[in-house]
Amino acid sequence: MDIYLPIAEVSVDVFVLLALGGAVGFLTGVFGVGGGFLLTPLLIFIGVPPTVAVASSANQLVGASVSGVLVHWRRGNVDFKMGYVLLAGGLAGSVLGVWIFTLLKRLGQIELTISVCYVVLLGTLGALMMVESIHAQLRLHRPGMRRHKLHQHNWMHGLPLKARFRRSKLYISTLLPIGLGFVVGVFSAILGIGGGFIMVPAMIYMLGMPTSIVPGTSLLQIIFVAANVTLLQAYTNRTVDAVLALVLLVGGVIGARIGSRFGARLRGDQLRLLLALLVLAVAAKLAFDLTARPSDPYSIVWEKP
Amino acid sequence: MQAFSTDGTFFLFCAGPARGEALVADLTNHLIAITTGFTGASVVLFGAIDGPGDVAVVVRGPDRDVTVRRKTRVAGIWVNSEEVNFGNVPSFYFVAASRPLEEIVSPAIAAFYRLGVTNLEMKPEGMSPSRLADEFVTALVRTQQNARLFPNSLGKVNFIGERLFRTTIEFPANVPTGTYLVQVFLVRDRDVVSGQTTPLVVSKVGIDADVFGFAGRQPGLYGAIAVLTAMVAGWLASLPFRSA
Repeated sequence: MDIYLPIAEVSVDVFVLLALGGAVGFLTGVFGVGGGFLLTPLLIFIGVPPTVAVASSANQLVGASVSGVLVHWRRGNVDFKMGYVLLAGGLAGSVLGVWIFTLLKRLGQIELTISVCYVVLLGTLGALMMVESIHAQLRLHRPGMRRHKLHQHNWMHGLPLKARFRRSKLYISTLLPIGLGFVVGVFSAILGIGGGFIMVPAMIYMLGMPTSIVPGTSLLQIIFVAANVTLLQAYTNRTVDAVLALVLLVGGVIGARIGSRFGARLRGDQLRLLLALLVLAVAAKLAFDLTARPSDPYSIVWEKP
Repeated sequence: MQAFSTDGTFFLFCAGPARGEALVADLTNHLIAITTGFTGASVVLFGAIDGPGDVAVVVRGPDRDVTVRRKTRVAGIWVNSEEVNFGNVPSFYFVAASRPLEEIVSPAIAAFYRLGVTNLEMKPEGMSPSRLADEFVTALVRTQQNARLFPNSLGKVNFIGERLFRTTIEFPANVPTGTYLVQVFLVRDRDVVSGQTTPLVVSKVGIDADVFGFAGRQPGLYGAIAVLTAMVAGWLASLPFRSA
């Protein structure tokens, strides 16, 4: 059954969209990441214009992260102070990101930028996760290895404006989470992602937050950054398709519930290895599309009346 | 010839029927409504002529500006490196005739009445005629043909007996919205002797039109509602987890 998407101006099979939302929701349930990094490329793949795919993914992400935060909040796993500091940086970053997006769209380079950013980010992250999870697998077979320190002290801990984050058991410079939030905010706007897959490792390895607090806190700031991106995209580029976002959310709810049950049965390092493989597969596909000779080197863009 | 726009033809043919109603034609439907389940539409054009002759039909969607970009390989990656703007290109074009165009009209007449894709005025802005300019025009036509917005071949106008004729115009799901002009020409002795222009409206209706219109008129409020809807949906989605 086809559904006509009013902003994307294409007809898409509603069951394909539900399945897509479901698959991304499943990943959210299993891995605790937003899944935006997969959603946007897949939407482009089924024929949604890239600019609409990016903006509508951000809209979908608002809903997905609200439900995620509520679940983590009930378990007491959200550091609100840290979330708000990250958010301050994130909002500033998303304003810059939407501005860059608009500029690149006018220059005709937005699709290239989206693809290159994805290849670099997903490729790097997938490789790092792969190495880390393989190490973890090997460590399992060699017990008695010395545990590492939670985090190393380095130049980052010499920065000014230090503050205490009780829930995360940290005393660090607020410039660190603000800077991190800013970088993720820029990518959110350009790529239509929550940035969970950048934010989560950075919070664990760079800020040194306890792993249990990370997903809920990351999702908390993603709600606001994604909401800000949605508003700015709707206002500046008119590319938010609310119908598309809602259909994806419906599929996502079902997928997330199946996913969280499935995820509970797997070991953490197995999960990370699977996610790494998935991320690398998406990066490889996008890299292939960038370098392979296009079927038609010409593309056309109609001016809106 | 340059200044001969679609509006010009419209005025010209308003005077047409005064010459003795040589040609009458109408559409089975004057409104194509794009609804949530829209997968394309077909409209039948039918009519009668008062004597011998051939019939040609042209359908033009609203003219729009279009940018054509070409990718070239830069450092191993395919990048949009050249772009050309075209002003006032028909967003949809269809042509049909009772016999091949070159058999029924002279090339000058075909060019004047924009009969056939090759007679559409598509001039790259700020670019002198060259092989490169032609390549961009060819690419634009090919893209439109692949999207089924330009015809791959001449459509068929079928005669039922000597006087009655009909043809079917197909509109794909991605048909642009706006006011279309359907022009019907009566051709005798390689010249157009009569013509008629009928408007056809392609419009989004129902909830899609409301969403699209609202997103354009009140982008800020639309964005806010999109965010709130997603938040409520997210909240609802989190509820079943409470029991777990």
